[in-house]
Amino acid sequence: MTVLTPNTEQEIVEAVQWALAEEAPVEIIGYGSKRDLGRPLQTEHTIALSAYTGITLYEPDELVLSAKAGTSIAELETLLAENGQAFQFEPMDYGPLLGLAAGQGSLGGLLSTNLCGPRRLKAGSARDHVLGVRVVSGRGELFKSGGRVVKNVTGYDLSKGMANSWGTLGITTEITFKVLPAPETETTLVIRGLADDEAARAMAIAMGSSGEVASAAHLPGNVASRVIDGALNGEASTLLRLEGFAPSVADRASMLKNLLAAAGAIDALPLEVSRRLWREVRDVIPFADATDRPVWRVSMVPMEAYKLVASLRMGAAVDAFYDWQGGLVWLRMEGDPEAEAVRALIRKYGGGHATLVRAPASVRASLSVFEPQPAPLAALSKRLKQQFDPGGILNPGRMVAGV
Amino acid sequence: MSGLMMPEADAATMSRRSDIVAALRAIVPGEGVVDVVNEMRAFETDALTAYRQLPLVVVLPQTVQQVSRVLKYCHENNVKVVPRGSGTSLSGGALPLEDAVLLVMSRFNRILEIDYPNRAAVVQPGVTNLGITKAVEHEGFYYAPDPSSQIACSIGGNVAENSGGVHCLKYGLTANNVLGLEMVLITGEVVRLGGKHLDTDGYDLLGLMTGSEGLLGVVTEVTVRILQKPATARALMIGFPTSEEAGQCVADVIAAGIIPGGMEMMDRPAIHAAEDFVHAGYPLDVEALLIVELDGPVVEVDHLISVVEAIGRRNGATTCVVSQSEEERLVFWAGRKAAFPAVGRISPDYLCMDGTIPRKELPKVLAGMRELSDKYGLRVANVFHAGDGNLHPLILYDANIPEQLHKAESFGADILRLCVRVGGVLTGEHGVGVEKRDLMPEMFNEVDLNQQIRVKCAFDDKHLLNPGKVFPQLHRCAELGRMHVHAGQVPFPDVPRF
Repeated sequence: MTVLTPNTEQEIVEAVQWALAEEAPVEIIGYGSKRDLGRPLQTEHTIALSAYTGITLYEPDELVLSAKAGTSIAELETLLAENGQAFQFEPMDYGPLLGLAAGQGSLGGLLSTNLCGPRRLKAGSARDHVLGVRVVSGRGELFKSGGRVVKNVTGYDLSKGMANSWGTLGITTEITFKVLPAPETETTLVIRGLADDEAARAMAIAMGSSGEVASAAHLPGNVASRVIDGALNGEASTLLRLEGFAPSVADRASMLKNLLAAAGAIDALPLEVSRRLWREVRDVIPFADATDRPVWRVSMVPMEAYKLVASLRMGAAVDAFYDWQGGLVWLRMEGDPEAEAVRALIRKYGGGHATLVRAPASVRASLSVFEPQPAPLAALSKRLKQQFDPGGILNPGRMVAGV
Repeated sequence: MSGLMMPEADAATMSRRSDIVAALRAIVPGEGVVDVVNEMRAFETDALTAYRQLPLVVVLPQTVQQVSRVLKYCHENNVKVVPRGSGTSLSGGALPLEDAVLLVMSRFNRILEIDYPNRAAVVQPGVTNLGITKAVEHEGFYYAPDPSSQIACSIGGNVAENSGGVHCLKYGLTANNVLGLEMVLITGEVVRLGGKHLDTDGYDLLGLMTGSEGLLGVVTEVTVRILQKPATARALMIGFPTSEEAGQCVADVIAAGIIPGGMEMMDRPAIHAAEDFVHAGYPLDVEALLIVELDGPVVEVDHLISVVEAIGRRNGATTCVVSQSEEERLVFWAGRKAAFPAVGRISPDYLCMDGTIPRKELPKVLAGMRELSDKYGLRVANVFHAGDGNLHPLILYDANIPEQLHKAESFGADILRLCVRVGGVLTGEHGVGVEKRDLMPEMFNEVDLNQQIRVKCAFDDKHLLNPGKVFPQLHRCAELGRMHVHAGQVPFPDVPRF
């Protein structure tokens, strides 16, 4: 077992060339914070980017930041906050859910797992904010794509190609992101006591209004008791986040209260409570229970997702809550992940995908962690992998066996 | 046609033309196959009208199955295919080839589904960009990306080019507003990427497809995000004695945490041309004019207008007018939106360039452009998406004067080289197409380009889809597939030294 920790881009190139020559598959990590996500790997060697760190460009006026792949996300977020800016896509932190400390992720991992958060509806995910990359392919060749400007259609967008590729196409060595002003203030409107289907309708009305709702989530009662120290009193809570300049936030809050008056009483949470609540929703704190009970991350059409949960509840003990206007479902199962049932219901209710983000390694090795693809799409993905990593040496089998 | 080299037409394909036409007729009956020269003329160019070429034959399928069968036939018979939407590409992306089938998607013009609760519309690729907004505006919704050709350009073409527009600083490009695609591969296989749900659980093929200029597949259905229209929009028109001051104003607006709905700049020649044409009330004694539009709730817009106005004055603005009505806002925009035809009035021909630069480099790039203008003896007017650094220099020339087109093209190439030199890129929203194809090595080295071509190989290993576009040279996939690894000869056999 060898762990290579290259200090320079050239050393990353050489490490891949060595692995190629030895025909030795390698695991690619930053600090290893997401090692328990995805299919378990059985490689003898590891390339860790933890020593390849540092900010290479930050121009707040130009809304652009570049850093080496091993740079800590937490460090970058601190720097951005000092300048009144943020990654608008609000990358989640899987640490607490996976039983690890928070704040251990690297920038490379952020892009290769395409992180995002509750602002996904309005602001997109990492792939919507990446401007350029430098990458060492599985051929041991260093290439670049994109640049440092927002508007750029010069050639294929390989920066997006690296998003959600889980280190199977190349080692991203340096990444340039668009950064944006952090909202001046925020508040959260809380509607109490709605059933899942009623919540879906209320969130659809809010998102379809001119209230510019940044995030919309629904926590059923038993989940609501597990955020912000139980301050939601364990009542089912439908959450609408409003962000921006203070006069605008106040105006939109009052507009939405009128619009949704029929849904029930509506409270507003103050700034600090609102921020903490959305961080906990983002990081799936309700299911951060120090177990390895299976947790699914399911993306569906918002108005269909509650039907999946209702159907599952009839046959199994599940805990669920919703983000993204209902379209993102976090599901915690009692024992068996019930993969076939979950995926059959997703197909039945408008399609989407389910990722088994937490489960014992033996379970993750024996079923499809990621949504299985139809044959022509799976074949296309495999061809893409071969074009980047013909030797199959980078994170082989991390997503799908043979890719 | 000036010195543009397209792939040499394949004589064997040309000699099989009647067989190919017959095979296409068997797939797409009736008027869906056009092979008469006079009728094919309508398709010989797109909006890059300097280049014209008749295709081998034109086919206008109506169903996904027809598209699939046409592509499968072409793949099996090694016939090249050029896809085309509305033909509004400014970079020659839909320029036909003499030995290629032109696959026109204009009959895919239906809106399939509008889903307000899930804020999505499912449309066929031939629907126009504005057509989507028209279909949902009675409910207060719209489709955000707004390329200036939006009345004519198709959503399928928008996907191929990753189209932008005035509002993309705040609302994103096509790539950020498309949720799903159905597409046909060159083999005829139909695949779906994404849908009304968000993101993918595999590789971001949707991201690769968007902006791939028709080289990877043919889009047959598009699912887009629709948004509620902002409650209000107001604009400021701010004039400055220098472009430096205007540039600083833009930087200060962003530093104040404001992302305007639109932030446009025009230089003196563009201001004058536009004012002469539409009488928008632009000040004629300034070097740079900014139009800043704020949109959102009324209280927010009122608040931000006063902030931006103060920033403008602090940076030496000599004119600062705030729109007091919707009519006045539209008048402010009328000049900017008419800038291209306005320049068309003062010059027989013009070339529209499309580089992007880091915003702070604007004064340097404008100065460089003035020097180049003197060198080539051609005038240039500039409109600029100031918020995101996307520059549209309009080079004025007269095609009837020998050598002027060539000179204008050389001038344009020098501008783009300058953009790349200051950290920018060759094209912000118009695409590479044939126009900027040969400049790709200015931005990318051989390894960069080869990796892009390898993506092409994963989708289309025979290089049959839209060849001659984007890449200066298409290496054969088999050649690119070779690995150059020799065990024992790598630079460091002594691994654990890290």
